[in-house]
Amino acid sequence: MQAEGLVRTFGGRRAVDGVSFTLHAGDCLALFGPNGAGKTTLLRMLAGLLAPGQGSVRVNGVPVKEGAAARAQVGLVSHASMLYSVLTARENVEFAARLYGLPDPRDAAMRALELMRVEDRADAPARTLSRGLQQRVSIARAMVHSPSLLLCDEPYTGLDDAGSAALTDALTERREGGAALLLVTHNLTEGLALATQAAIMRRGRFVRHEARELLDVRAYQAQYRELAAVHD
Amino acid sequence: MTDIAVPTPPGMLAAAWLVARKDLAIEFRTRTAFLSALVFALLGVTIFYFAWDATAVAAADLAPGVLWVIFTFAGLLGLQRSFGSELADRAVDGLLGAPISRESIYLGKAFANLVFVAGILFVTIPAVVLFYNLPMGSGIAALAGIAALAAVGLVAVGTLFSAMAVNTRMAELLLPMLSLPFFVPVVMAAAQSSARLMAGRPVAEAMPWLRILVAFDIVFVTACTLAFPFTLDE
Amino acid sequence: MTSGQPSVAPPLPSQRDPLVGVALLGIAAIYVRALAFTPIEARQGAAQKIMYIHATSAFIALYVAFVLMALTSALYLWLKDEKLDRVAESSAEVGLCFTTVVLATGPIWGKTIWGAWWTWDARLTATLFLWFIILAYLLLRGAVEERGRRARYSAVLGILASFLVPFIHLSVYLFRTLHPMPILLKPSAPSLPNEMLVTFLLSFAAFTLLFIALLRSRYRLATLRDWVADREAERA
Repeated sequence: MQAEGLVRTFGGRRAVDGVSFTLHAGDCLALFGPNGAGKTTLLRMLAGLLAPGQGSVRVNGVPVKEGAAARAQVGLVSHASMLYSVLTARENVEFAARLYGLPDPRDAAMRALELMRVEDRADAPARTLSRGLQQRVSIARAMVHSPSLLLCDEPYTGLDDAGSAALTDALTERREGGAALLLVTHNLTEGLALATQAAIMRRGRFVRHEARELLDVRAYQAQYRELAAVHD
Repeated sequence: MTDIAVPTPPGMLAAAWLVARKDLAIEFRTRTAFLSALVFALLGVTIFYFAWDATAVAAADLAPGVLWVIFTFAGLLGLQRSFGSELADRAVDGLLGAPISRESIYLGKAFANLVFVAGILFVTIPAVVLFYNLPMGSGIAALAGIAALAAVGLVAVGTLFSAMAVNTRMAELLLPMLSLPFFVPVVMAAAQSSARLMAGRPVAEAMPWLRILVAFDIVFVTACTLAFPFTLDE
Repeated sequence: MTSGQPSVAPPLPSQRDPLVGVALLGIAAIYVRALAFTPIEARQGAAQKIMYIHATSAFIALYVAFVLMALTSALYLWLKDEKLDRVAESSAEVGLCFTTVVLATGPIWGKTIWGAWWTWDARLTATLFLWFIILAYLLLRGAVEERGRRARYSAVLGILASFLVPFIHLSVYLFRTLHPMPILLKPSAPSLPNEMLVTFLLSFAAFTLLFIALLRSRYRLATLRDWVADREAERA
């Protein structure tokens, strides 16, 4: 995935102000930053939900803006569950599977639910599930079509230990399978555990962006806290 | 990689059908919206009967007018719920992130609304025939046909405006305000042509109105399909 | 999205735009001429003089204001220039005023000539629907807060409305011809005595001038409002 010069303005304000980076298969970028830094806006642009004011996003060389085809490679987990509350977990994931044109949607849906260890509640309507379980279904939904780019906006929110473990396992498996991940999180520990790159975003820009191996965790933590505090 | 078989994203009509099926599944699961609209329609038909002086105007003459008024407002009730489920948990993002065209989302929703409205008509027309003592015969078939054409026009415009209204503060008020001016030619044409056909007048008399109805359907289904992507925040 | 906003405030009218004054003066002058110097129409009497307002307002409302609104809506969706959206907005508001004038003066004339405040005369009905459509447009704008979305939604409505108007006219005319209506006296016969024609033309010119003047003022107001909103957003 290649992002170049992304800019997006709302009203008079630049929510994303010139972001460029590249992710290769097996990369995982952990993106940190205070609220309002523009992380969600950036993610939505990468997912093809929002058109950049300037700049471009390409997945495997295909621009996301035009191509329905490019969107087929991307999976998104966001704050909201993106589920239909009246439909069951299985139906929600199956619907997604069909939208992506998977050859065997029922099977794929079941496997995705199993991956997130939620298969026992497959036939429960989404609104009867707890927030944490809904989150797991939502993640299953994002992964059902084995995307080569997985964008996660604070996916650990609301997950209990079991759920977090399931998510980490699933993400690791995806990464090892050749997918690229972008993980937005407030939790430095969880983020850095999976990351091959780390970045901090503030006021629409990447103020730090480097490879994971080069980081000293404690120093990073200290600087992040400082950056976050200044903004808030 | 886990999957070997290559997924092929659905084409426009296939995707529209998926969206429509999903909407109808949701509607069928809860049924509240449909039943409310149905009860509203039946009550309306009844109230209109008592609101008129039956000695001054024959019930059979009153019937078409009543049908189209009820059709309009029951249709609006159905259209209101059209995009609600998409916004609740941002499920619409799931649709927008999928490899389907934006137009197919509109077509799918419109088709689901059409089925909804058709369902209402399916009960309301017989009710009107019954309560207003309409002569049975070919007139009823003509009425059903005109109702189908009118429903297409209604749903085409209403689905688009529903997509816009759902994002605003005053959705319940805004949808009728935007839609009703557009419903006027539909209702006028439907009422005029059905009144003539049911009174046994020659088809040629109803033709100009039918032409308006068909033209409206063609123009607005096309225009609304093309306009739909502009109602999305992209 | 638009490129950078001007950091300098757009020009503020320190007093009222002189054009509005000129236009109003022009209208007053026309009316003096209409009332004092133009002959009274034989069949309708003095009431016919209201036509100088009624007919010209109607013409401008539909063929100038509405068309402008529809055109700028279409252009906005294509070019995404905010200025086009502001013109559409201004045109709609001023157009609503003109349409209201038509709807107000029509019944006055109608009561005098026909004895009825309202008839479902084809033109009056079509004008009524135009009024509803423009009102719906303005209400839609009022209901959407985010500027980009508001512009897009309004543009969509503007374009669809321009498709609707021919259908309304067609339906209403068809409706009217198939139902006998009270005998109508056409306000403007094909051949007018010269003085009346001149008065009409002058009236038309004056009203057009008024429309342009009001449009400009309203547009300036919209520009200023958006500029202020941008500054506030930046500060936030």
